[in-house]
Amino acid sequence: MGSKTTIEVNELKKEYNGLAAVRGISFNVARGEVFGFLGPNGAGKTTTISMLCTLLRPTSGHATVNGFDVTRDKLAVRRSIGLVFQDPSLDERLTALENLKFHAMIYGVPKADRGKRIPEVLELVELAGRQNDPVKTFSGGMKRRLELARGLLHRPKVLFLDEPTLGLDPQTRHRIWEYVKQLKIEEGISIFLTTHYMDEAENCDRIAIIDHGHIIAIDTPEELKENIGGEVIMLATKDNKKAAAEIRERFGISAVEVNGDLSLQVADGNHFMPRLIRGLETEITSISLRKPTLEDVFLKMTGRRIRDEKMEGIDQAKTRVRAKRGRSR
Amino acid sequence: MKAALMGIYTLWLRDITRFLKDKPRIVSSAAQPLLWLFVLGMGLSTAFVRGGGGSPQYLRFIYPGIISMSVLFTSIFSAVSIIWDREFGFLKEVLVAPIPRWSVAIGRALGGSTVAVLQGAIILLFAPIVHVSFSALQLMSAFLVMFMIAFSMTSFGILIATRMQTHEGFQVITNFIILPMFFLSGAMFPTGRSLPAWMRALVHINPLSYGVDALRGTLVGMRGFSIWLDLLIVIGFGAIMLTIGAYYFERTE
Ligand SMILES: Nc1ncnc2c1ncn2[C@@H]1O[C@H](COP(=O)(O)OP(=O)(O)OP(=O)(O)O)[C@@H](O)[C@H]1O
Ligand SMILES: [Mg+2]
Repeated sequence: MGSKTTIEVNELKKEYNGLAAVRGISFNVARGEVFGFLGPNGAGKTTTISMLCTLLRPTSGHATVNGFDVTRDKLAVRRSIGLVFQDPSLDERLTALENLKFHAMIYGVPKADRGKRIPEVLELVELAGRQNDPVKTFSGGMKRRLELARGLLHRPKVLFLDEPTLGLDPQTRHRIWEYVKQLKIEEGISIFLTTHYMDEAENCDRIAIIDHGHIIAIDTPEELKENIGGEVIMLATKDNKKAAAEIRERFGISAVEVNGDLSLQVADGNHFMPRLIRGLETEITSISLRKPTLEDVFLKMTGRRIRDEKMEGIDQAKTRVRAKRGRSR
Repeated sequence: MKAALMGIYTLWLRDITRFLKDKPRIVSSAAQPLLWLFVLGMGLSTAFVRGGGGSPQYLRFIYPGIISMSVLFTSIFSAVSIIWDREFGFLKEVLVAPIPRWSVAIGRALGGSTVAVLQGAIILLFAPIVHVSFSALQLMSAFLVMFMIAFSMTSFGILIATRMQTHEGFQVITNFIILPMFFLSGAMFPTGRSLPAWMRALVHINPLSYGVDALRGTLVGMRGFSIWLDLLIVIGFGAIMLTIGAYYFERTE
């Protein structure tokens, strides 16, 4: 394989007390690639990252990062990677500068380089003005940016970002994505990130869709959308159940209900829509046609939405936990 | 090796930095032993002397005990802050760093020990009030002994911390390990033949007893065991605790 791939994963498995969290996944990530792991809560995203970062021992299977085996050559793997954990991991009593300084020290960044590099990354995440403030006085978004700066400080070959934008406002999310793209271009590093925001996944070079510990698809966002075929018709009717049954019977297409609307994937929407309207006995109250999104890909492959209303709730709870933990220190 | 040394140094420096930032904690940690020394010590010293009147002898006796207490508590609290690091996530940052885990354990042990010695040194400032005076050599030896006690107890604390998942069990540790260890160390009362046999046995198997004895010998010249036995047990206990602690730390996931 040589120097083209930075991450190679082969039949990697993890069980927690006999309960499988990751069930034998395989994939490669190329040098300079932004690779996204897209999946719902509990899919096994964090577990995978933890194994690749040497924090968790795989139950079976192999993985190498930057050419080093994650179980046999842990220190070499750790030297190669930068990491932003899903949960906060800063020392809140220390200032931003102190957090970065200690990080640089344990990663063996030479002193001369430290003096240059720290201001550089602080500038990158626009925290230079707050560098001497204790981290506990930072907002959630600022902490996240500082963690990103810390992950980049020692010039890693591979950057792991576990839901880097969870709980952040749209502006901050947007800014973090700007950094990620900039990094890929300027520093040429590979980035492995997890997310369950569909719009973010669109920014990746390639995506693996993971559900219940399995990778169910792996491709570029364009190909994934292409592969599910054609277009998506969203339909609201007086009786969705009856309409769905009718559609299945008459056109052989399965329609899935999503938030009170029926969604169906068709090859040629412009021509299909008039037929559908004519052919349906149940009264249609609204209808629209659009290009498929990754959400539709997920829906098609699993029969579920990646984030339904309940998931949103969990997500908010997580964000609150982060905030609370930050404060109670 | 260079990475390991840098790791030790960095974790030590982090402990010192955090200590110096937290002035209120320094003051409140010093307040408790001082309260014991002056209020309890003065009070008890009158009780122990037949015919009334305070005994400077008793205050001299407990003074090294109180310093040991300060060192003990600070050591254990610093070490157990690993549990807080785990709860607040910072521990992950350390565990994923490219330094051997044992260097993390040693760095924390040295950091916690330094902080504990500094905290103990605050009590040393009050020597004139309890009529204790010592030479420069005695003072240096006292620092050395304090450091050994601190290192031993911090290592013990690290071992406890690696075996605990949350801070909730900490109250239990305090009540069932730390306080008994302190009470049975001979810090507050002599542990001669007048004690019941079972209690003497407990005093003898308590490693802290030897630390207290060493410090008392150094500062006020009273001793029960030989200084070499004292040092052997204190250092030996610390080394064993740190080795086991580092081993568990190595396997932390
Ligand atoms: N330490 C653990 N002990 C036992 N089970 C665990 C542990 N960590 C994770 N799991 C389980 O493993 C599965 C995968 O969890 P993981 O954290 O990898 O999911 P995730 O994809 O990161 O989800 P999220 O989007 O919520 O972060 C879940 O079912 C979870 O309950
Ligand atoms: Mg996760």
